[in-house]
Amino acid sequence: MSGLSSKHLLGIKSLIPEDIELIFQTADNFKEVINRPIKKVPSLRDLTIANLFFENSTRTKLSFELAEKRLSADVINFSASASSVKKGETLIDTVNNILAMKVDMVVMRHPNPGAPIFLSKHIDASIVNAGDGAHEHPTQALLDAYSIREEFGIVKGKNIVIVGDILHSRVALSNIFCLQKLGAKVTVCGPPTLIPKYIESLGIEVEYRLDSALAKADIVMMLRIQLERQGKEGNQVNYFPTLREYHQQYGLTMERLDRLNHTPIIMHPGPINRGVEISSSVADSSTSIILNQVENGVAIRMAVLYLLAS
Amino acid sequence: MNNARPILNRIQIDIIIKRLCFQLIENHDDFSNTVILGLQPRGIYLAKRIHKELNEQHADLSIPMGSLDTTFFRDDFRRRDSPIIANKTQIDFNVEGKRVILIDDVLYTGRTIRAGLDAMLAYGRPDLVELLVLVDRRYSRHLPIEAKYVGTTVDTVESERVEAKWDESDGVDELILKEQNKA
Repeated sequence: MSGLSSKHLLGIKSLIPEDIELIFQTADNFKEVINRPIKKVPSLRDLTIANLFFENSTRTKLSFELAEKRLSADVINFSASASSVKKGETLIDTVNNILAMKVDMVVMRHPNPGAPIFLSKHIDASIVNAGDGAHEHPTQALLDAYSIREEFGIVKGKNIVIVGDILHSRVALSNIFCLQKLGAKVTVCGPPTLIPKYIESLGIEVEYRLDSALAKADIVMMLRIQLERQGKEGNQVNYFPTLREYHQQYGLTMERLDRLNHTPIIMHPGPINRGVEISSSVADSSTSIILNQVENGVAIRMAVLYLLAS
Repeated sequence: MNNARPILNRIQIDIIIKRLCFQLIENHDDFSNTVILGLQPRGIYLAKRIHKELNEQHADLSIPMGSLDTTFFRDDFRRRDSPIIANKTQIDFNVEGKRVILIDDVLYTGRTIRAGLDAMLAYGRPDLVELLVLVDRRYSRHLPIEAKYVGTTVDTVESERVEAKWDESDGVDELILKEQNKA
């Protein structure tokens, strides 16, 4: 049996559907492992993995670190705010210095789109993209699709609506690629200013009214408004008048869901801005699988690291 | 590929399974503290047969049975060309303080059993672990591991492969010996 088609996980775009299926199958086994009394396996005990986070992260970093530790890998953590990057070191120099310490794998988050792809051309170690700017966030898309598969048994043919700041979202792009490869129908919804031009060319539908998008949704994936990507202080671009108005137009509330004659599953990659894109009552409702996503994140990341190390 | 030599047929396997069950009954009395663990992927078929036979011998027995995958505990990870794909582990009980009968089809180098022992410890510390195999390939062990209950023993060379086929997966019950890597 063969492994993944690539030695890196740079994005979903470069994966083939068989890769995704293999990751899911492996994640099934790791999900069982992380529910054992002893949650650790020795598979990666001779490996050292560097988590290079050039951008802030809480759950992705924790999730990767937990996945690495449950596979018995040695882990070193790096965050840009406390490093020589501030002293002017280039990305390749930083990474090569870390690799000189005999690191076998790199998990990297970077604010610049394409940074992991660039790096993969210059170093030998396997690279896992943990989010690069507004480009891709492959493990998030994998865990989202895995959670849908867990909920419905199959992803193919499901209608998934992604709502919110599509323009700045790497989660949206990776999910579009991933869900399409698995045969799902994807619709994006948000204010016209936050929907990239020509996004229909990816083979997805665009809906500007949330209620019409929800009417056909089996799964609703809510995204956060990425205020940190909307320009620097004093030089901000206003994509919508106020957060309050955004909530009125695109916030997912119980009232909206009650108007539907079906009950879609609610997902959110986190962090949640309660009262903006989603109300607390929806986020905490029984149809929300937000915390399942977090649990599945560890299993998916274990599967990715295990398969790339093979 | 037609280089397979039969070692055991269906009737012989049935007799062996019955005999192994009698040996287990001798040692485990009422099985009140015993659990059965079949090793994935091929040991589970023998484990199910043993479990079924024990239940037929003693209808009042209810012995917990699970399947244990050793993939993540193997010692040849990253030493092979392709990844080892895992199988399902299903253990709905704790092995803490239990008498465990670990079951596999073929005992060869002993490395799978070593991995199985490690994998099992994630579910607790058993009182006792015994190994039951359908066939023991003698003189080929890489580790100090021996089975307590052995169906049959064969002497083989490294280029040969011993394969247990099961009705459930292969449509036939038989034990065969064949040359490896011959088209």
